[in-house]
Amino acid sequence: MRAKITSGILIMANYSTNEFKQGLKVLLEGDPCSIVENEFVKPGKGQAFNRVKLKNLMTGRVWERTFKSGESLEGADVMDTDMEYLYNDGEFWHFMATDGSFEQHAADAKAVGDTVKWLKEQEVYIVTLFNGAPIAITPPNHIDLLVAETDPGLKGDTAQGGSKPATMASGAVVQVPLFIEEGEMLKIDTRNGKYISRA
Amino acid sequence: MALSIGARIELWASKKAAIRAFFAARTVQEVSVPCVMPAPVTDPYIDVPQAIAPDGRLLGYLQSSPEYAMKRLLAQGAGDIYCLTPAWRIDEVGRRHRGEFTLLEWYRAGFDGAALRAETSALLQILLQCPPADEISYRDAFLQHLGFCPFQASDAEIAAALHQHLNYSDPLSRTGALQWLCAAVVEPQLGAQRPVFLTHYPLDQAALARGCVHQGFPCADRFELFYHGVELANGYHELIDPIEQRHRFEADLAQRQREGLPQVPMDEALLEALPKMPDCAGIALGLDRVVMLAAQADSLEAISLFSHP
Repeated sequence: MRAKITSGILIMANYSTNEFKQGLKVLLEGDPCSIVENEFVKPGKGQAFNRVKLKNLMTGRVWERTFKSGESLEGADVMDTDMEYLYNDGEFWHFMATDGSFEQHAADAKAVGDTVKWLKEQEVYIVTLFNGAPIAITPPNHIDLLVAETDPGLKGDTAQGGSKPATMASGAVVQVPLFIEEGEMLKIDTRNGKYISRA
Repeated sequence: MALSIGARIELWASKKAAIRAFFAARTVQEVSVPCVMPAPVTDPYIDVPQAIAPDGRLLGYLQSSPEYAMKRLLAQGAGDIYCLTPAWRIDEVGRRHRGEFTLLEWYRAGFDGAALRAETSALLQILLQCPPADEISYRDAFLQHLGFCPFQASDAEIAAALHQHLNYSDPLSRTGALQWLCAAVVEPQLGAQRPVFLTHYPLDQAALARGCVHQGFPCADRFELFYHGVELANGYHELIDPIEQRHRFEADLAQRQREGLPQVPMDEALLEALPKMPDCAGIALGLDRVVMLAAQADSLEAISLFSHP
């Protein structure tokens, strides 16, 4: 990200449409957005334009916008930081940076969103900070979780298909094979919510 | 499945060889033209690189097409000619755009738009093993894909379509809005089964084409070719009236001034040549995109010999 520090104040750069690369963070209508796609279109005669898909990082919604080629947007001060989940105080979820700074941040329910069901103490998450405050929490792709509740396992049924719901200690409900018992540690894919294996 | 460098070289070489054989059989002769020209196109939305001497002198402009140079040859009695040449545009980079690309441009004396479209279709069938090209007028394409007539729709109707299809609400000229809607909504749907010529553009999008009347509306005898939604070529029944051409150049320069775009010189040599030019039709075909389609790729990346730019 091109930014410069002037007497302690972070000045964000402007980015022109031809710099809109996937993942670039920009401000649109005050919200931080991540560029998803940028298609340059030039009519045979006439002014070129860019059709841009941007993911609003506050809402998760994808916006489709058209810009005249050469128009620019202000960069957004957005940073992805690895942080360990500490605890929930009833209102906020607390995270601590793993880079040795021990910097702590409190995320509200909006920032935590659906990730709440994958939260496990001491696990490391990606905390997205906008102007220094958490706006999104992303779980690791694979996470080991304890089975808190499920119907009793069926002995001997280790090969055939068939599954049952299991509630993990973090709150997520995952379809697991019939032989899984309460108290077992399982490896789950958080992107699709699917069981991978015993941990 | 990326093509190896060997496969890319072979693909390009085979298409160039097929083009040269096609024109040799029709006694159209190959010419080379200067890459650096004294004036660029005046089109406000085409910018080209400049050639600058070490001491800062402007040597000229890298051409965005060999058109002006070829027309000067036509005016001197060159006859039927074609040219395979690099061309340049600034800030046009994307899946289907490169700052430097290859154009095949040719001119046919005595041809009108229809005759040149037929010849272009014949060449494309050889290059892409595709069916013969269809054609649809600009007006019919708008009626079919956007539901309004580009000549008769109200400004409000066009603005509403722009908002609906492009989520764009800032002010844009009527012509600009039609150009965007054409490029974003109409063109991607053209040529799904067979190549299609889009013909008879509104007169204010004539560029260097002569005017005509079509379906009762004043049009430009200009056409573009599309296949699988990709623009491949742009052709004209050429304007040979120097007074009308000077007016268009001046209108372009006035628009550049209004919009704060760089001023450029007019190509006086072209204006001088126009009255001596034969009645003819000409077309520029983007060879990179043809090779891209031949490779069944959807990005120029897949067939370029050199990575970006």
